[in-house]
Amino acid sequence: MLNGRTKALTIRTPEGIEFSLQLAGPISRFLAWLIDLACISATLTVLGVFFQMITALHQQLGAALSILAAYVVTVGYGISLEWFWRGQTLGKRILRLRVMDEQGLRVKFSQIVVRNLLRAVDSLPVFYLVGGMACFIHRHGQRLGDIAASTVVVRIPEVYTPNLEKLTADKYNSLREHPHLASRLRGKVSPEEAYLALRTLLRRDELEPEARIALFHELAAHFKSLVKFPQEILDGLTDERYVRNVVDVVFRSRL
Amino acid sequence: MILDLEKFIAEQREVWRELDELLSVREKDPAAGMDLEQVKRFHHLYQRASADLAKLRSFASEPELKGYLESLVARGFGEIHETRQRAHRIAAFDWLFRCLPQTFRRRIWAFRTAVAATLLGVVFGAAMLSINPETKDVLLPFQHLQGSPSERVAREERGINRSLEDRKLTFSSQLMTHNMQVAILCMAMGTTWGIGTIVLLFYNGVILGAVAADYLIAGQASFLFGWLLPHGSVEITAILISGQAGLVLAAALLGRESALPLAERLRRTSADLVTLLGCAGMMLIWAGIIEAFFSQYHEPVVSYSLKIGFGVMELLAVVLFLNHGTATGCGRITPNAQWPNKSPDHKNPGGH
Repeated sequence: MLNGRTKALTIRTPEGIEFSLQLAGPISRFLAWLIDLACISATLTVLGVFFQMITALHQQLGAALSILAAYVVTVGYGISLEWFWRGQTLGKRILRLRVMDEQGLRVKFSQIVVRNLLRAVDSLPVFYLVGGMACFIHRHGQRLGDIAASTVVVRIPEVYTPNLEKLTADKYNSLREHPHLASRLRGKVSPEEAYLALRTLLRRDELEPEARIALFHELAAHFKSLVKFPQEILDGLTDERYVRNVVDVVFRSRL
Repeated sequence: MILDLEKFIAEQREVWRELDELLSVREKDPAAGMDLEQVKRFHHLYQRASADLAKLRSFASEPELKGYLESLVARGFGEIHETRQRAHRIAAFDWLFRCLPQTFRRRIWAFRTAVAATLLGVVFGAAMLSINPETKDVLLPFQHLQGSPSERVAREERGINRSLEDRKLTFSSQLMTHNMQVAILCMAMGTTWGIGTIVLLFYNGVILGAVAADYLIAGQASFLFGWLLPHGSVEITAILISGQAGLVLAAALLGRESALPLAERLRRTSADLVTLLGCAGMMLIWAGIIEAFFSQYHEPVVSYSLKIGFGVMELLAVVLFLNHGTATGCGRITPNAQWPNKSPDHKNPGGH
């Protein structure tokens, strides 16, 4: 399912609840891979120093161990970290991504191994071209390894709670003087409109002065068109203040 | 109606926090058990969070909070509805002596196909070299196989060509890593509906057939078998098993074995792929050691009969190992398995 700019995987549970997993795009996955590549390189460099010391003692043993270690680290990095961190490597952890089963279930060890081993095909011919193409084309943003292992890479959302206190607390709201109109306003404003007004208020300081005035004017005009409050309440009330009062009425039901 | 978001969050925050904590504990230690009361509480919290999500969807447009709740419900869903066998503690002995041979036998058709593709290659390679010896440059593009077999045998038996003597360890590790790469590629090429796997197996067979024909025509049968059998009996079998894994993957992609949806077929196949590739990996480590430390010694240092006998014994051991034990008990997919009734529904169940 396409959700704006990002893809999402929607799952309906047997209880009838739907939830969406926001899927990671090829760019964020590529960035996570670059971080992982840097980690692998750093690990190999550290191990290289260690094996040089062994080489000084026994040349053959040092060389053999470094060949094996390079291979084990390259192949085992993704498998071991995704297993121990439940679907995350260091790169994925930093970018808040996680490998999950395609049905929203826990990812199994065998799935982790398969998706990592199939990098052999995804990385062909260079720089994950096959995997990247598959990721772009596939509706769930899966590379071949993900398809074979039935896994998806999802974004982990951050915990968010809107700070209404910061916006509206301890401020007089003249719209509440007319409880019946305020109730009507609550009934007429859609969740999308309410959310838009809230987001605009939260981000108002990021706007250019002219854009800020124009945007709040437009929002205020829209809300005024939904419910007509007496003119004496509106007099002396800026558009921004009016929108703030609307948000207060809509999101807080104490009337 | 719009949800009183502040009140809603204030009332439910504790429930979400408790569920979050429980999930974090479960995620850190999936094998940890829960008593009945804990299970009831966990299920209650999951249902509360699910109900909150449904309420938020209906009465508010708050993407961030919705995203957070969806994440909680998704994590809870993964814990509650996961019905597959849990194997968080690795049971190495059980895997090695029960799962591995059973998986091999359950997917024997794929192994037979891999053998057939390789044998076709062997016949093709041998025939090409026998009919037209000038094709040797193309069939065997490796410097150490380019010269005359008789000259090489004479050199090896006189002990002149002992360039590996001082670097057996590195040679062995190079062989292991290279062969593992080939094995992984052979399995991974199953994603090309098996075509890539078949091509790789066939090509391996062509090289093997051409080498065999080259040495047999030159009358160096003892050297050939003494050189190849000690490591080849295990190495070639390992590559065939990785090819078997590739063909199992291809069969799951093509829907050859069951009527389940694609994602479910692949999910059920992944454990078998790992088992087969794990088997190939262990065999290749052994083959790498034998090739570097044993196969490169020839008469008069080690007699050919001893080397051939050793190779045949290894092959017998592999055959006995893969065919021992019961035929069932480590099952994965049944050919006519149906999509389970109680399972999450994808919005788009059509597969890929």
